[in-house]
Amino acid sequence: MKKMIGWIDRRFPLTSFVKHELTEYPTPRNLSYWWNFGSLAGVVLVIQIITGIFLAMHYKADAAMAFDSVEHIMRDVNYGWLIRYMHSTGATAFFAVIFIHMARTLYYGSYRAPRELMWWTGQVLLLLLMATAFMGYLLPWGQMSYWGAQVITNLFGTVPFLGDELVVWLRGDFVVGDATLTRFFALHYLVPFIIVGAVLVHLVALHSVKSSNPSGINLADKDNIPFHPYFTVKDLFGLCVFLAIYSYFVFYNPNLFIEADNYIPADPMKTPLHIVPEWYFLPFYAILRAVPDLLGGVIAMGISVMIFAAMPYLDRSKIPGGARYRPFYRVMFYVFVIDIIILGYVGAKPPEGALVPLGQVATLLYFGLFALLPFGSKLEEKWLRKRGLPEEVEAMIQSEEKQKEDRRQRKADRRNARR
Amino acid sequence: MAEDKKSPENPDRRDFLTTATGVMAGAGVTAACWPFVSSMNPSSDVLSKATTEASLKGIRAGEVKTVEWQGKPVFILHREEKQIASMEGDGEGKDPQKDSSRVKNPDWLVVVGICTHLGCVPSRKKDGWFCPCHGSVYDNSGRILKGPAPTNLVVPEYEFVGSDKIIIGKKQA
Repeated sequence: MKKMIGWIDRRFPLTSFVKHELTEYPTPRNLSYWWNFGSLAGVVLVIQIITGIFLAMHYKADAAMAFDSVEHIMRDVNYGWLIRYMHSTGATAFFAVIFIHMARTLYYGSYRAPRELMWWTGQVLLLLLMATAFMGYLLPWGQMSYWGAQVITNLFGTVPFLGDELVVWLRGDFVVGDATLTRFFALHYLVPFIIVGAVLVHLVALHSVKSSNPSGINLADKDNIPFHPYFTVKDLFGLCVFLAIYSYFVFYNPNLFIEADNYIPADPMKTPLHIVPEWYFLPFYAILRAVPDLLGGVIAMGISVMIFAAMPYLDRSKIPGGARYRPFYRVMFYVFVIDIIILGYVGAKPPEGALVPLGQVATLLYFGLFALLPFGSKLEEKWLRKRGLPEEVEAMIQSEEKQKEDRRQRKADRRNARR
Repeated sequence: MAEDKKSPENPDRRDFLTTATGVMAGAGVTAACWPFVSSMNPSSDVLSKATTEASLKGIRAGEVKTVEWQGKPVFILHREEKQIASMEGDGEGKDPQKDSSRVKNPDWLVVVGICTHLGCVPSRKKDGWFCPCHGSVYDNSGRILKGPAPTNLVVPEYEFVGSDKIIIGKKQA
């Protein structure tokens, strides 16, 4: 064994890679359980890819056969029910884990320099995940699958000038049809592997800037501990807790996340009385409906997803540690979470009565919070610094300011020298 | 030395926990793999085709009827008296077997019509079958006479239901 590893090490940096990136990878010792969700998302991705590949062995991406082939998986294929429920529950688990992972980043301000690229690769991953989930949802070819895809592809019709042609091009048909189903299946199989690639980029960035930590302060070397065994064990424990909850839904409540209407085969002649997207799209769907103008709604929905990318610029506070040391930002964070839950509720109900203005107010609040952040964060920083910050935090801010000043000075010097 | 091993300071005492965790994790992973491996086996709608009913009515003496069983051809030969008589003995080929152990009723020979060499379907000749792929020759008991095939044609599990009907294949519980 030793001889074999030696042979490999002379040709490939196996031992040094494992040492550098795993066994001796320095990790802040003060990470809380909120830092478990990154690795958890990786596990869910693996579960989705494995169950997905096995489902694809039995699934038929043909409008005439798709619905029946899913029922064939459920009834005839050995453990087909298990594999399908693992996959459908896995989609829900994936979004739950990713939303918590994002909430942690927002709460602790982990998107701040130098981790902007982590945040942006994460944003790309979110978009890829949403696209994969949307396309995957068409595959069972039930009523909800069909009309969900019909509605969402119609949104592209709002693109000026090209809209109608674009929609037909996306569908390969005048309505969602066999061509749409087949291409969605092809892409639904492809995109997860692109996600794997993007995750690798995300991880390379992580191992360059290292994990953030709840204090927000860059830790001294003595405060970092090796990833293995401390965090392999902690991640495994978190994984066990996750699997217990996941198994509950897979084995005892698998249809909680599947709309009953999706057990009716797709019928292009009849729309179900009430179409709702999957829960993870509900807040964005509520924003779409809150804007009275269709094009405006589509733009608002697009911005509501993409606006997270602007966080490193919108948040102008230099105080590290995010909401932990910033009472005003903390309030904003919780208001934002509650607002998203309200939007989710509004998105799940038919747009009637008081729910319409409620959705509109919640939408305004959603964007209002982002608009308030640049000013609020700066004012809050001034107020907190006047009141006096802990020594380490003040020292860190001052050193950051000094670095920035030095950089500006050097730039000016170079410019003068050239003259 | 023995005392050292029992001392709480000895880090090896934790080896048990590590091993037990590893064994549990290994068992868990193996158990989790099982449904996936199993899902690749024939599904229940495929298994439902595991048996085939074949009517023997209308097969005159000397005639062969081919029926499909699990997607494979099965030859049902209605043997004439003289054909039965000539099959007595162990056969002349490399896989000697008594004719009586290959039939349930000497009038009827039921064999899977797939050459035991490389899987071609032999064609009917006057006194048996001839495989067009590599020239294996079988007699009227489905025994290999000459050619590259290593064994006799396979006799599937079957049962007579009454005198003019058989069910081929094991019944699924």
